[in-house]
Amino acid sequence: MATHAPIADAVQEAAPRRYWLEVLHDWVTTVDHKKIGLMYIGYALIFMLIGGFQALLMRIQLAVPNNTFVSPQVYNRLFTMHGTTMVFFVGMPILFGFGNYLVPLMIGARDMAFPRLNAFSFWVSAFAGILLYFSYLGGSGLYGAGTAPDVSWFAYAPLTARVFSPGHSTDYWTLAVFLSGIGSIGTAVNIVATAVCMRCPGMKLTRMPLLVWLYTVMSGLVFVAVSPLTAAQIMLLLDRYLGSHFFDTQAGGSAILWIHFFWIFGHPEVYVLVLPAFAFANEIIPVFSRKAIFGYPAMVAASVGIGFISLSVWAHHMFTVGMTSGANTFFTLSTMAVSVPTGIKIFNWLATMWGGKIHFTTSMKFAVGFLFQFLIAGLTGIMLAVSPFDWQVHNTYFVIAHFHYVLVGSILFMIFSAFYYWYPKMTGRMLSEKLGTVHFWLFLIGFHVTFDTMHFPGLLGMPRHIYTYQVDRGWGTLNMIVSSGAIFQAIAILVFVYNMVNSYFRGRMAGPDPWDAWTLEWAVPSPPPHYNFAVTPVVESRRPLWDLKHPDDPDSQYE
Amino acid sequence: MPVASAASLLATWDSTQTSMFSPQATPAHLILGLSRLMLAVTGGIFIVVAGLLTYVCVRYRHRKSGPNAIQEPQQIYGSTQIELSWTVIPILIVVMLFLATARIIFATQDAPKPANALDVTVIGHQFWWEYRYPKLGIITANELHIPVSDPKHPTPTYLTITSADTDHSFWVPRLAGKVDAIPNRINSMWIDPQQAGLYLGQCNQYCGTQHALMLLRVYADTPEQFTAWVKHEQQPAVADPSAAEGRQIFQHNACISCHSVGGSAATGRFGPDLTHFASRSTLASGSVPLTSANVRAFVNNPGYFKPGVLMPPMHLNPHDLDAVTAYLMTLK
Repeated sequence: MATHAPIADAVQEAAPRRYWLEVLHDWVTTVDHKKIGLMYIGYALIFMLIGGFQALLMRIQLAVPNNTFVSPQVYNRLFTMHGTTMVFFVGMPILFGFGNYLVPLMIGARDMAFPRLNAFSFWVSAFAGILLYFSYLGGSGLYGAGTAPDVSWFAYAPLTARVFSPGHSTDYWTLAVFLSGIGSIGTAVNIVATAVCMRCPGMKLTRMPLLVWLYTVMSGLVFVAVSPLTAAQIMLLLDRYLGSHFFDTQAGGSAILWIHFFWIFGHPEVYVLVLPAFAFANEIIPVFSRKAIFGYPAMVAASVGIGFISLSVWAHHMFTVGMTSGANTFFTLSTMAVSVPTGIKIFNWLATMWGGKIHFTTSMKFAVGFLFQFLIAGLTGIMLAVSPFDWQVHNTYFVIAHFHYVLVGSILFMIFSAFYYWYPKMTGRMLSEKLGTVHFWLFLIGFHVTFDTMHFPGLLGMPRHIYTYQVDRGWGTLNMIVSSGAIFQAIAILVFVYNMVNSYFRGRMAGPDPWDAWTLEWAVPSPPPHYNFAVTPVVESRRPLWDLKHPDDPDSQYE
Repeated sequence: MPVASAASLLATWDSTQTSMFSPQATPAHLILGLSRLMLAVTGGIFIVVAGLLTYVCVRYRHRKSGPNAIQEPQQIYGSTQIELSWTVIPILIVVMLFLATARIIFATQDAPKPANALDVTVIGHQFWWEYRYPKLGIITANELHIPVSDPKHPTPTYLTITSADTDHSFWVPRLAGKVDAIPNRINSMWIDPQQAGLYLGQCNQYCGTQHALMLLRVYADTPEQFTAWVKHEQQPAVADPSAAEGRQIFQHNACISCHSVGGSAATGRFGPDLTHFASRSTLASGSVPLTSANVRAFVNNPGYFKPGVLMPPMHLNPHDLDAVTAYLMTLK
């Protein structure tokens, strides 16, 4: 596909072979945005394997009714750790990792605005994850056997009060989420400052790549959403150790207060995770359709719109806590309103592909999978916004299926797409397309077997967070199908991991611009040198490399 | 396989006792009606958009050969009219769906309470349900009895829902949507089952170790059955002389700190009321049938059926265990 000559020659000075301690020292002390980005990604991938393994254990337990594969105590810890891990220690870090790596490169900058803050944020987040898992050893203190938290990932009060959650397992959860929040806010500050202050000459905000726009909106949401969560963790610690009564219902505190705090974080958090997935789609779909993104201003407006609307929808997680009919009506409307800018995005992606020449690389296959699954996730989202329907299916497997359609079917698919697209930039070598195709089809089949089927037990009355169920409920067959899909997904992940490792050593050399793409990261060698750009680039349009490759018909004419 | 599983799904769809698709009370009927409209609207959108996506992927895929295989396609940057059309049409759909939803929200939540409605207070506990009938002077556990409501002369039941410890949620899908039981807060809902029978459900908000077996059983009784049940429940416990030894052991152990037996020395409130324990059909909040053998096994080791249950094993010797079981089985 690379029909044009590379823009810059891939000349990397051959580094002398170093002692492993030197390499380690280099990575631990680095403030380079690319190395920090890679560490974020690597760290998240390790946690993804752990969280995925927990999901497998849960699916074995639920495959048949009255199963005794794990005890209720172990099961409750599994779903708490799975949820907490996947949101705070997989989703956030992997997306921050790509952001760290790509934002400076795409705006022609040398590094992030605050390189040391960047390193600090990464290490705080990394240790938060280790702290969470240390609870397996230290959860009950020195006196008893270790336990992990078992309060579920939204840790509703007053289950987290000391009377219902003795020992220290909840403290590990609280502190880990608190620390991860500090790290997230630090990186968000950095991304906003970088996007606002570090753009190369000529890159007006209206020429900024959509990926950078979306990361900026996502970072803005992190400020507003993660701060209340972090504050609530401190309040919970005060309740547990210093005798305050914010959430202590036995002393007049309010359980609803925690629910509000949690979801005023928790719902924007969904957009914190999904906006970067949109960001990847905005770069990848145009390149493999060989067309400019359709409706750039509408895409920016829709992203900012989603950001604002997402701050007003949190109580749609609370339709069953006994709000007034007026409040339920308001949150029904605000939640349905999100579907308008989201719809605009889907239609713009379709219009970008319309009239193009779509190259179905592995990356594009995952992106099309994302479009299809995100459509369904959005539609089940509208269903859940219909609060009377939510009164029936809230906290059932219908909701679990819906948000896994978002988190796995949409976000994880787009993360895979991003790996196939940017791995060559990060390592200098191509991922195997053959293994990629196997990975894609296995994962697609596994995903649909598991998560399409999972909607139905919810409609038939199966709540979440239950370690087993009675035979006479009639959910057995469906759960067996759901669990069998997990096997395909697990094999697909193994293929992916093998592909990543094998291609690192044996993959085809990528060169600077393997996809014949248009944004600035493809103007530097793969992997890019420490300093990124030997000469600060100057841009005149949204697609600087298109202008270079088509001097007769540059974008700058049309914008 | 998909066809077979879809067929078996349709077969179980209605027969499942906890399916929202076989409603038997007004709130559940209202919700199902709205859900059908919602499924039609979202299904329509899905067909249109997924159809477009499929068309685009097939029609505009890159072909290796052809007249313009190497040439880039024409670059199009956007169109305000098109953007407007796919902004305005979704807004109209949203407004329509919103209005239909708002109507059902108000019809369910703000329905006026008739004077002849039955009041029941539902209190969630780790991991069982307490039911109180304040006007009838009845306290019972785990099996809720309410009268059938004839649509011509409705006699709905209004539930006041709260919790004694952590959050729970009261959900019987064939009767109504769920409402959470939250400590230090009073919620309410109403149900009017139109057919006599047993309706199942379970706690729907994670509440601790044994959340999974915090099951719900709602008996909709005919008016005669309900009157008889009320009369029976209002009696003090049966004092069968043949079970005197078991009663003594029961009263001399810690049992009475948590359990009440009406008309006896047992006045505990932490566990389920046992006054008419043996007239229930299940044990351990619906986990197992109430039989002598199950009661004995439960008293011997409560965690046997329900790991994580808060009742401790009482370490009774086999003889005492038999005596207590015999006593409990007389509490008709």
